[in-house]
Amino acid sequence: MAETIDTPAPKALPFAHTDLLDTAELTAKEIRFLLDQAESFHEINERQVKKVPTLRGATIMDCFFEPSTRTRSSFELAGKRLSADVINFSAAASSLKKGESLRDTARTLAAMGTDLIVVRHPASGAAAYLAHELEVPVINAGDGCHAHPTQALLDLFTLRRALGRLSGLKVAIVGDITHSRVARSNLLAMRTLGVETRVCAPPTLLPAAVERYGCRVFYRMADAIEGVDAIMMLRIQRERQGGGAFPSLREYAHNYCLTRSHLALAAPGCVVLHPGPINRGVELAHDLADGPESRILDQVTAGVAVRMAVLYLFWQQHGSRQ
Amino acid sequence: MPDLVLKNGRVIDPAHAIDATTDIAIRHGRIAALGDGLDGAESIDCTGLVVCPGLIDLHVHLRDPGQEWKEDLLSGGRAAAAGGFTTVCCMPNTLPTNDTGAITRDMVERAADGPVRILPVGAITRGLAGEALAEIGEMVTAGAVAISDDGCGVQDSHLMRRAMEYAKPFEIPVVIHPQDDHLFGHGVMNEGWRATELGLAGIPSAAEDVQIDRDIRLSALTGTPLHVAHLSTTGGVELVRRAQGAGLLVSAEVTPHHLLLTDTDMPAYDPDWKMSPPLRSAADREAVVAALADGTIQAIATDHAPHAPEEKERPFDDAPFGVIGLETCLGVVLALVREGRISLADLIHRLTAGPARLFGLDGGHLGVGARADLCCFDPEARWRVEPERFYSKSRNCPWAGRELTGRPLHTITGGRVVCRDGAVTDAR
Ligand SMILES: [Zn+2]
Repeated sequence: MAETIDTPAPKALPFAHTDLLDTAELTAKEIRFLLDQAESFHEINERQVKKVPTLRGATIMDCFFEPSTRTRSSFELAGKRLSADVINFSAAASSLKKGESLRDTARTLAAMGTDLIVVRHPASGAAAYLAHELEVPVINAGDGCHAHPTQALLDLFTLRRALGRLSGLKVAIVGDITHSRVARSNLLAMRTLGVETRVCAPPTLLPAAVERYGCRVFYRMADAIEGVDAIMMLRIQRERQGGGAFPSLREYAHNYCLTRSHLALAAPGCVVLHPGPINRGVELAHDLADGPESRILDQVTAGVAVRMAVLYLFWQQHGSRQ
Repeated sequence: MPDLVLKNGRVIDPAHAIDATTDIAIRHGRIAALGDGLDGAESIDCTGLVVCPGLIDLHVHLRDPGQEWKEDLLSGGRAAAAGGFTTVCCMPNTLPTNDTGAITRDMVERAADGPVRILPVGAITRGLAGEALAEIGEMVTAGAVAISDDGCGVQDSHLMRRAMEYAKPFEIPVVIHPQDDHLFGHGVMNEGWRATELGLAGIPSAAEDVQIDRDIRLSALTGTPLHVAHLSTTGGVELVRRAQGAGLLVSAEVTPHHLLLTDTDMPAYDPDWKMSPPLRSAADREAVVAALADGTIQAIATDHAPHAPEEKERPFDDAPFGVIGLETCLGVVLALVREGRISLADLIHRLTAGPARLFGLDGGHLGVGARADLCCFDPEARWRVEPERFYSKSRNCPWAGRELTGRPLHTITGGRVVCRDGAVTDAR
């Protein structure tokens, strides 16, 4: 498939979305198509020369209204490897709260005349609002606690590579589900793909009616992990203990830190994922983070490929409308 | 000869169990007679219209003084008149707070010439800060009809007890915005699947219920009447019903939006659907509708809460709470009659005599000699809600674009026609 990437032929896409706001809006076929495209880019990323001319002349605006190192670098690298001009537009969330409305931000972005906008914002719904206001495709790089579709896609990409399939897998997601856009986007995509999901956390970190995602709910790690093919550990925001969600990091780690002894309960060949950055000793035992089960670095690599696929497909989608 | 006769309308006066097609004569600002074949200096043909007491809203925010870009006494009064209201009670969360007799008097004086009667509600605590009592006696003397810290729940239970004790001699109800701030937290919509799905922080029903429970107990302790504003939960309805069953002086109001909408109806992240208390579940909606029908809830109140577009056009988390409702109320709640949930007479009661009794207001009925406050509405008129055409200065309305059935046409306040054919007579 790589040859079609070097000289992209106009190809009928299996979907008509103009923006990528969440995995909820994608069908199983569409998700598989995106992952297949990402495979081609992944191959490019393994070459010595990693740059392709696909998006030469296109301008991508990465708008981060919330601090982010990983996602931002990943999108920037993805854009640059596609030969796009990548521009960073950043505003501290605090200054946004003070003055400029999201509408004015949207109008400013529109006036700059970019071809694609990648947005991260601390408020749930901000990406949808910008997509509504803007003609150009908007890629959601995380909005509040709501959605983070490219993270879910890269997690799925990593799982599919590691385990050879998605449908029928059993996956446990452990940690702060309430505040996690990563968990939400994964749960929605996994339901669509026929992955059996479980969530595990203290009840204080589970949102109301979480079972409506089609997942089973557990409070104890040993129960949640029994027989699973993959475990996705979520980052704990240290400030949550102030909110009374748990008494101390020590007690949290005692109950929810993944250790090697847990893995014995999982299915043979079980892999471990984490969206990073890891709190070693809180979410993951030190040795597990670097162990053979860990696919954490694969996730980082997959992130670039998946984002290249997303940028390429949505840019192409928009180009074909003009 | 009467000054004005409303001819041939379907007169519904729940306070007197009247439902008949007849004429109403008005003289010197009072109801002079009901009967067939009346004549006056002026007459308005009300054939096909319902003629009822002017609507009474116990709960509006008119933003005056201090936030006149959102609303003021005149624009709010015009919005009320256009909605068929002849009396509105305005909440004290103005800038400065209505917590002294001087501010209450200023509001009463400035509102005197407006199209509707505006009756201030004074604050319970100074600056709504929940720390020290406001000058309740001074405000009542100046014309306050109730006290409330609306917008905030009084967190200090001892202070609330003191407020209720102190208010007792003034014979006014204490109106609560029941909200436990710790349970409310940073919530922005009802806690439940919809909030989870949207990644928004939830507000549990318990945040409302625990203060209703507490204040019912304090009402029992002090003997002061308690009025629960904008009741929205199943649990709250049960608490109020049980208190009434025990003979306590506990009443409640409900908003049109809590009667008709639920959290799952909300378009994703639309700030014009953000209010406090939030839209609740379908079961909660059922509970408040049933309570309205069985009389547990005696008043429909709009909680008209104007905000400028630039204030609402923010991410959902940051947008202020509140929606406007004066100009849509009647058209919205008439749907309950068509759904067979409540009779037309009972619905009108909850908009007139019901609220009048709760705040001890004169009005709300059409007895001879009563204030000539009337609302004439076409129960069959279909119209589309276009906020840009509102008399209110604000546009934050969840009903925008909806088609409603039933529209107020003529509003008469103290014998003056303040709205005719849907147009406020002193405006435009
Ligand atoms: Zn209130």
